[in-house]
Amino acid sequence: MKMNQRFRLNSIFVLLALLTVISLTGCTSSVKGVNGQVIVYNWGEYIDPETIRMFEEESGIKVIYDEFETNESMYPKVESGAVAYDIACPSDYMISRMIENGMLSEIDYEKIPNAKKNIGAEYYDQAKGFDPENKYAIPYCWGTVGILYNQTMVDEPITRWEQLWDEKYADNILMQDSVRDAFMVSEMLNGFSMNTLDPAELEIAKESLIRQKPLVQAYVVDQVRDKMIGGESAIGVIYSGEAIYTQQENPDLVYVIPEEGTNVWIDCWVILKNAPNKENAEKFIDFMCRPDIALINFEYITYSTPNVAARDLIEDESVKNSEIAFPDLSQYDNLETYVYLGEDGDSLYNELWKEVKSY
Amino acid sequence: MTSNKKWLSVPYIFWSALFIVVPLGMILYYGLTDRTGAFTLDNIIAITTAGHAKALRLSLLLSLISTIICFLLAYPLAMILSQVQMKRHNFIILIFILPMWMNFLLRTLAWQTLLEKNGVINHLLTFLHLPAIKIINTPAAIILGMVYNFLPFMILPLYNALAKIDPNVINAAHDLGADHLHTFTRIILPLSIPGIISGVTMVFIPALTTFVISSLLGGGKLLLIGDVIDQEFTRTSNWHLGSGLSMVLMIFILVNMVLSAIFDKEGEGSML
Repeated sequence: MKMNQRFRLNSIFVLLALLTVISLTGCTSSVKGVNGQVIVYNWGEYIDPETIRMFEEESGIKVIYDEFETNESMYPKVESGAVAYDIACPSDYMISRMIENGMLSEIDYEKIPNAKKNIGAEYYDQAKGFDPENKYAIPYCWGTVGILYNQTMVDEPITRWEQLWDEKYADNILMQDSVRDAFMVSEMLNGFSMNTLDPAELEIAKESLIRQKPLVQAYVVDQVRDKMIGGESAIGVIYSGEAIYTQQENPDLVYVIPEEGTNVWIDCWVILKNAPNKENAEKFIDFMCRPDIALINFEYITYSTPNVAARDLIEDESVKNSEIAFPDLSQYDNLETYVYLGEDGDSLYNELWKEVKSY
Repeated sequence: MTSNKKWLSVPYIFWSALFIVVPLGMILYYGLTDRTGAFTLDNIIAITTAGHAKALRLSLLLSLISTIICFLLAYPLAMILSQVQMKRHNFIILIFILPMWMNFLLRTLAWQTLLEKNGVINHLLTFLHLPAIKIINTPAAIILGMVYNFLPFMILPLYNALAKIDPNVINAAHDLGADHLHTFTRIILPLSIPGIISGVTMVFIPALTTFVISSLLGGGKLLLIGDVIDQEFTRTSNWHLGSGLSMVLMIFILVNMVLSAIFDKEGEGSML
């Protein structure tokens, strides 16, 4: 009996000790920088970690950095408020959805002087498509969706989406495994808008994708990069930002913007409504808009930067004037940006995409 | 004595409440409501739509095939293991468990690299002037991935059940005139049923619900029910439908668990 009592007492001590340790570690992980913290929610592999370290050092603000894989997985997390993020970096159509649902806070450009000074006016104009008065979003990266092909594996240059339906490239085509990008390709092929909600047009677009499925080697997202570098496939649908990197690794690869037209996208910094650290968020965005910092990030992630001042700093002329990184969009017809389709529109697209995938 | 040790279970009760009961409750809540929070059964009935039903059928078929292959591979091995000497069989078991020390995702990615058109296996085959194989992005690749990843879960319960059979029982069978085939079908096989049930459960359930294997080795061209649920959560942000479909899958898992509870009364296969 005595033994048991002592045993019990001991165990209570052990439990108490454990609890203290747990609560202590809980505290240390939330230790703030000298000037507080900022919580950032960005795409994976979408920033040079070095610039975060530099910001922390210069500002004394601790950055809590979190990553997401798709706009769609980001949205419910921000909406539920499980983590009180200060900053996010969604794409165009998702920004309009967030504006519509009152999830964003207005930008005070006075507090972010670098944003107006360094980001090209044309990118703000483009952002008006989803943020009509430029009240909420500051462009961070932009690009196109196009075709990457391996010169040694095709007998003619690839210039059109149509060629992704050519039977001689059977098992040599990589499609994007995301509903909007896959449907965009099919809608461009059929001459529709990439934001169409017309059921008849969508049915045709779906049929085209089903017709293409036997020719497709795989539906992938990030793996397009590695598979194209490894010569696993002749043709792949890819984001322009990835194209520069793949070409550096495999010089046989060529990136084209198809003649039928394609998607131009912009990812922007936004400050969330009720951001607990709004001032720090402004400082963070301002820092990321500085030309030297934007340059570091561009060189790391190779996605086109709308930061004109940063582009001027690029030393390598071939990169600075790269057709892929900085295409002259005026020479292409039928470029479009995705718009938010509404909840019904979204579920219509998702249903059709599921039909394609399970066909 | 036992009642005095009850407090030992407190951490486990706390743990299972927090990480099993609460998440299950959340899935039930999401699965039975729509976006407005009103009660609905639509998310469960959604399994009958053509796309979902097809994905479920395909999942059932592929996991059934994988389970059968695993069983056929594992049973002879488990029999051999149960008969070899103590020292050696520990080593053999170690060899089979060793790959499990490496992350599941990495092992599956490795298979992708091996099976690709320009992959290691095809390089070897062309070097030997043999025809290249083409199974990546086909159902065969998914089955291969399932069998490879889940085989240890079949071997260990089978081995456990077989090792427990008293050699005297088998000797007695021989003494009474049973030949090898009869001993196997009348004695060994029935006595190993608890192990078989555990092994089948432990292979079939993860195979039924997997989505990593199908997306990595199937090239996204074959939609399994696990993929559908994954996409509802990560791509289309419809947690309600994802939860509803998860509940349908849980029915299959429950049936499986009831079956194993009936056959595996002594918990023979619960070594893992």
